[in-house]
Amino acid sequence: MANSKTVIIKIKRQQTPESKPYWEEFELQYRPGMNVTSALMDIAATPVTKQGKATTPVSYDSNCLEEVCGSCAMLINGQAKMACSALIDHFKQPITLEPFSKFPIIRDLQVDRSVLFENLKKVKAWVPVDGTYDLGPGPRQSVQDQEEAYPLSRCISCCCCMEACPQFNEKTGFVGAATISQVRLFNTHPTGKAVKVDRLQALMGDGGIQECGYAQNCVEVCPKDIPLTKSIADVGGQVMWQAIKDFFRT
Amino acid sequence: MAHPKIIVVGGGLAGLSAAIKIAEMGGHVDLFSIVPVKRSHSVCAQGGINAAKNLKGEGDSTWQHFDDTIYGGDFLANQPPVKVMCDQAPGIIDLLDRMGVPFNRTPEGLLDFRRFGGTLYNRTAFAGATTGQQLLYALDEQVRRYESEGKVTKYEGWEFLSGVIDDQRVCRGICAMDLRSMAVHTFPAEAVIIATGGIGAIFGKSTNSVVCTGSAQSALYQQGAFYANGEFIQVHPTSIPGEDKLRLMSESARGEGGRVWVPKQAGDKRDAKSIPESERWYFLEEWYPKYGNLVPRDVATRAIHKVVYEHNLGIDGQPMVYLDLTHIDRATLDRKLEGILEIYEKFVGDDPRDVPMKIFPGMHYTMGGLWVDFDQKTNIEGLYACGEADYSIHGANRLGANSLVSCIYGGFVAGPQAVQYAHNVIKSGHHPAQHVYESERKRQEEINTRLMNNEGTENPFLLWRELGDTMTKNCTVIRYNKNLRETDAKLVELIERYARVNLSDRSNWANTSFVFARQLYNMLQLARVIAQGAAMRDESRGAHYKPDFPERDDANWLKTTKAYFAADADEPRFEFEQVDTSLIKPRPRRYDAAT
Repeated sequence: MANSKTVIIKIKRQQTPESKPYWEEFELQYRPGMNVTSALMDIAATPVTKQGKATTPVSYDSNCLEEVCGSCAMLINGQAKMACSALIDHFKQPITLEPFSKFPIIRDLQVDRSVLFENLKKVKAWVPVDGTYDLGPGPRQSVQDQEEAYPLSRCISCCCCMEACPQFNEKTGFVGAATISQVRLFNTHPTGKAVKVDRLQALMGDGGIQECGYAQNCVEVCPKDIPLTKSIADVGGQVMWQAIKDFFRT
Repeated sequence: MAHPKIIVVGGGLAGLSAAIKIAEMGGHVDLFSIVPVKRSHSVCAQGGINAAKNLKGEGDSTWQHFDDTIYGGDFLANQPPVKVMCDQAPGIIDLLDRMGVPFNRTPEGLLDFRRFGGTLYNRTAFAGATTGQQLLYALDEQVRRYESEGKVTKYEGWEFLSGVIDDQRVCRGICAMDLRSMAVHTFPAEAVIIATGGIGAIFGKSTNSVVCTGSAQSALYQQGAFYANGEFIQVHPTSIPGEDKLRLMSESARGEGGRVWVPKQAGDKRDAKSIPESERWYFLEEWYPKYGNLVPRDVATRAIHKVVYEHNLGIDGQPMVYLDLTHIDRATLDRKLEGILEIYEKFVGDDPRDVPMKIFPGMHYTMGGLWVDFDQKTNIEGLYACGEADYSIHGANRLGANSLVSCIYGGFVAGPQAVQYAHNVIKSGHHPAQHVYESERKRQEEINTRLMNNEGTENPFLLWRELGDTMTKNCTVIRYNKNLRETDAKLVELIERYARVNLSDRSNWANTSFVFARQLYNMLQLARVIAQGAAMRDESRGAHYKPDFPERDDANWLKTTKAYFAADADEPRFEFEQVDTSLIKPRPRRYDAAT
């Protein structure tokens, strides 16, 4: 497979959000080190199907091509993955490319993932600084605290965890692992803690953290190996305590 | 008082910094970006951010940072704004620290600092090896906070097409295209800030992200903005050659002790680890005993080039050298460099903790950019620029870990300057005539219609490959006038062929190849500025190296190159400006000296 001269890629395409999807097959020249994004670039340069039919370049999101911007997430052989770090050699052919199934389609492999950014607003995923004027250094932090925060802060908002989650769907409106993990990050920060209660309350009720079904798919597909299930367990506990406090306060 | 409305184009570190300052000052920001701002190219910065906080007892100072930056830039930068930046850098780090950036810490809980190229001090704060990502997220979070308060409106998924510039040559807003519906709209504003980053795509494969085409800067240059020092292109010594791009291997790998070497024997087939010390040539350490592997990037790049092409000592005859970390213990590597080691592991398949990495120089950064004054103002009133998109600060060569600080500094100057200017515009009570917007929108729509309906035989992606190949070959590490003249002729040919572009996709919805074809035209125009600027500058300075003119020539070339577009002739014209060297007297730049 890895030594064959060509690569066969099948792509699920869709012209507009309303139109019907269809499949196209491409046969490309194999090159060592080839990844899915370079295959899509080859198709753009010569948009002809395996059957010799002229077609159009494939629409897909991409930017950094080194798995740090989070753009090029898609289903590769049915799995939520980043197309840039998907080396052709690692996949069984024919390689199928499909758009994420749980987000509105824009075109071809492009989907609208803005729901994550909206969720980050709801949970106030920021440190509430007083201003940008000079107020001296931030709070001191131990090496251990930094080492706990840093992996959480590497989330690239690719939404793989949401795509793979059985609970993330229109019925539950589940917020998803990425957002919950950001709540853990900011609730741990010495200054970020200030709006901890707001964050936890945003995770209560419909679509909140209790929708999690512990399938653990999120942590398996995360390209950045973020300890998402630990975040969910940790924040789940925080939400529970907050709910109890809220109950006795009212 | 009325709230001024300011448009910021670009959502990387520079654009977000400007947006935060404007929102804080009570202005409203319309923030435009091709990608969701959290996916901007700043995330690719790895190694760290410079600030002389002197937390290592080395006697570092902001003046020393200033001197290293000016010296590293081979005295081409105007000095006053560089000094201000270096003075403000420690405060910028403090702010980022307060915003929650997970910087690496010392045992006492203070910020840790490491060494970077072109300095002898541990001056670089870092968050693992994903510092740019961490900084961008911190600013993105603050902007999201302002967005939720209604002070920032994001236009993500919009492509900047042009400035709206009235008959008085005042910028009154922008014209942009919705990347889904392809609809062209104009947006009024009291001031516009351009923070659109780098131009890597002009060189085909580079370390830059896909959106770094320089299209916005080029469009404005074609509308009358000066483009300065375009010929100064940084080629990073250590990148990982790839099929779709050149992935950066951060300078922090050398900052943490990484060593560059080749086997002394040409064509040595042995496994790297089995080659004994005595048969390895650590050429940077030999040639530059004082700075060793941490010479500035232009110096390291030329050295690698020389070893590969003149000494013919590339690994296995290929254009590659070793960057070796295997002598450092795994725990240290994981704590300080994990992000970049992971990139190498994922894309190459080898673990750099066990095997030396194979690297080669790759186009990385433009020191040149839109001309700005010390207030980040371009020569068009109401139009500002900051970050990699502007030319200030780095002179003829940028020091590692200075880009993040210059982006934030630039945004922190441009934002408040734009607000102040906007207040004056409001006070003057002058409102631009509606027809200014109408006619710019029409002009852009006509370009779109023409491109969409063009009948021809040229494929934009293949034209782009030719552009990238030519520019990489002739306009990067080593430059000859003959080749530069041929490059310009080639560019003229490509522009002519561009007129016959035929799009394989003519649909009006999320048409990415159409958008790319539009950017390509602007890339071609800007490439001429780079090639011609390089041809003109008969000296060697920083990243600009001509073997036929190997010395720096201050008598004739201690000057800023300013290109402007001659619309009637469809080509660049040039003028030159004295460099402000009022603070540090230019001196020879020698990294090989033992003192």
